[in-house]
Amino acid sequence: MKILVCISHVPDTTSKINFTEGDTKFDTNGVQFVINPNDEFGLTRAMWFKEKQGATVHVANVGGPETEPTLRKALAIGADEAIRINTVATDGYSVAKQLANVAKEGGYDLVIGGRESIDYNGGMVPGMIAQLTGANFINTCIGLEVEGNNATAVREMDGGKETLKTTLPLVIGGQKGLVEESDLRIPNMRGIMQARSKPLHVKEAVDISNETASIQFEKPAPKGAVKLVDNVEDLVNLLHNEAKAI
Amino acid sequence: MKPDLFEAPDYYNLDDLLTEEHKLIRDAARAWVKRDVSPIIEDAAQKAEFPKSIIPGLAEIGAFGPYIPVKYGGAGLDQISYGLIMQEIERGDSGVRSTASVQSSLVMYPIWKYGNEAQRQKYLPKLATGEWMGSFGLTEPDFGSNPAGMVTNFKDKGDHYLLNGAKLWISNSPFCDVAVVWAKDESGRIHGLVVERGMEGFTTPETHNKWSLRASATGELLFQDVKVPKENLLPNKSGLGAPLGCLDSARFGIAWGAIGAAMDCYDTALRYAKERIQFGKPIAAFQLQQKKLAEMITEITKAQLLAFRLGQLKNEDRATSAQISMAKRNNVDMAIKIAREARQMLGGMGITGEYSIMRHMMNLESVITYEGTHDIHLLITGLDITGHNAFK
Ligand SMILES: Cc1cc2nc3c(=O)[nH]c(=O)nc-3n(C[C@H](O)[C@H](O)[C@H](O)COP(=O)(O)OP(=O)(O)OC[C@H]3O[C@@H](n4cnc5c(N)ncnc54)[C@H](O)[C@@H]3O)c2cc1C
Ligand SMILES: Cc1cc2nc3c(=O)[nH]c(=O)nc-3n(C[C@H](O)[C@H](O)[C@H](O)COP(=O)(O)OP(=O)(O)OC[C@H]3O[C@@H](n4cnc5c(N)ncnc54)[C@H](O)[C@@H]3O)c2cc1C
Repeated sequence: MKILVCISHVPDTTSKINFTEGDTKFDTNGVQFVINPNDEFGLTRAMWFKEKQGATVHVANVGGPETEPTLRKALAIGADEAIRINTVATDGYSVAKQLANVAKEGGYDLVIGGRESIDYNGGMVPGMIAQLTGANFINTCIGLEVEGNNATAVREMDGGKETLKTTLPLVIGGQKGLVEESDLRIPNMRGIMQARSKPLHVKEAVDISNETASIQFEKPAPKGAVKLVDNVEDLVNLLHNEAKAI
Repeated sequence: MKPDLFEAPDYYNLDDLLTEEHKLIRDAARAWVKRDVSPIIEDAAQKAEFPKSIIPGLAEIGAFGPYIPVKYGGAGLDQISYGLIMQEIERGDSGVRSTASVQSSLVMYPIWKYGNEAQRQKYLPKLATGEWMGSFGLTEPDFGSNPAGMVTNFKDKGDHYLLNGAKLWISNSPFCDVAVVWAKDESGRIHGLVVERGMEGFTTPETHNKWSLRASATGELLFQDVKVPKENLLPNKSGLGAPLGCLDSARFGIAWGAIGAAMDCYDTALRYAKERIQFGKPIAAFQLQQKKLAEMITEITKAQLLAFRLGQLKNEDRATSAQISMAKRNNVDMAIKIAREARQMLGGMGITGEYSIMRHMMNLESVITYEGTHDIHLLITGLDITGHNAFK
């Protein structure tokens, strides 16, 4: 089985988010980037397929040279090869187009993306890849088994789960549940040393088109101060008269 | 203990000076400390037990002999990588870093540099995986700062050496499988010998009731007519310069490690100061507390620059012993002062095991003493710049 894991390079969750140029650009100064958490769950599941079922695992990112450390980390965790499609990724559709191209060329049986990226939260790239490559698609995937050409997947639903069967080629939008947090891997020294000599291919983007463009970003209003209430009467009173919630 | 929320300060964007691989190695060590060391270390320190369960993890992140060549089981990395790993481990605990320093710089280094090929093949791969743990015996009950006076000695008995003497304050001694021991031959010249657990007459009693480095096991190495095979003598260097060469390597790691302890104390104090309200304001809003925090980050930044430059010099094999002394002395002193200030900033909470600060503060009392005391390093700088020896 040939697996492609799509890796989005996103700011660490502890980063302080700021915008520049009249709130149109994300300020990357001093920001640490990591593998998008949803993609890390997918990558870890892919490592399981590699170790238990002999799968080959490639990782891909659409982005500039600054994303290479993130790909190198994926190689240190155990991916066999990495591909960077060299273009500034600013639009979900254009990213999906580039990744679909790689997926078609490489003849992958399984494309693992994340349910959404934690930076721009578009939640659309994997679905678009499936459409563009003509593969089956399962989103919010929290469990995946593959036997030959058949896949069994578990999908999260509002308040429950759905188990589905489908066939390869398949694209999933994965998340926690594919593996658990405790299964995530820290690259060990052997992995880091091996990653040095693993291929990281840089491909030029084809047919670049941005269908959407960001006009402005806004941060949520800062949280108000917390008020500690000692007894129920005061709480009811405040909810009624101040918050006007009841 | 509180969850580990550590965020590393990098006030001068020093990350820009590191390679991508440096950062990958550092971040892996950092993630490992958060996952595997922070949750257990307070308990280990309270119980005064070295947490042996973390030995395989230390080996996996490359903490055992990172700069030893790959063919001997090391990672073949540069000195800055070594420093960064020590920094991250000591961010967790100086005792755990001590174990890694001893294994790398005081056991693997002398076997690699002063040993023959057979010795390297025999010991280094097993030390790199942590299958064997090592200790380093230089200090004696009557000879600490003045190791040249040591009385531990060995006599040539034809087909073996007969070793007698005692070493005190030896990190890892209670559980070590091998010990690199410095002893005088019949002519009074210092040599290194590899003594293995199980050799008759060799015992390693533990030193109890320490208030410092409680999560590191410290003990004695006692030799009573120990028959050491001749092939266990390190042939390629002798004299006091041999153990001092090991100390240069370990002290370099300590100069980085101390930054880790300081960063943890600063980060904890900063977070606490922003959250702790007194007189209707976060204590971080009071000038006196800001002075402490501002001075801490200034000192950490200076220490980071010192360590980074020393790392460059060491990579080029140009770092002098005196330069290493300066960094060890400055950075450990910086860390211990930050630990003391940070502890006060947490008020009563600062004395509990809920926070790491007091553990760091107590640990650093050992770090400022071992590998050359604070005063001894000053004398080394003094001798270097004046040419006058003020030791004796
Ligand atoms: C204004 C703006 C500026 C941006 N600037 C940059 C930048 O400077 N550098 C940069 O690298 N990116 C940049 N991005 C790109 C962004 O990180 C995404 O790649 C892209 O917008 C798709 O995001 P999404 O939230 O729609 O993805 P989603 O659809 O939420 O992502 C779902 C999954 O798709 C996959 N995926 C998404 N994006 C990529 C990708 N780029 N490569 C591989 N797999 C991916 C992942 O598996 C991810 O989990 C920018 C985006 C915008 C909107
Ligand atoms: C927890 C711990 C772990 C250790 N691990 C190891 C180990 O693994 N292997 C090992 O070999 N050793 C180890 N040591 C020993 C350590 O290196 C010694 O404690 C250190 O070198 C100081 O020696 P001392 O304790 O005998 O102090 P002393 O040498 O007696 O010094 C006492 C004081 O006198 C001062 N002093 C000494 N000489 C002078 C002078 N000429 N001028 C001015 N002041 C002077 C010193 O600065 C110090 O303040 C360890 C120590 C500790 C505490």
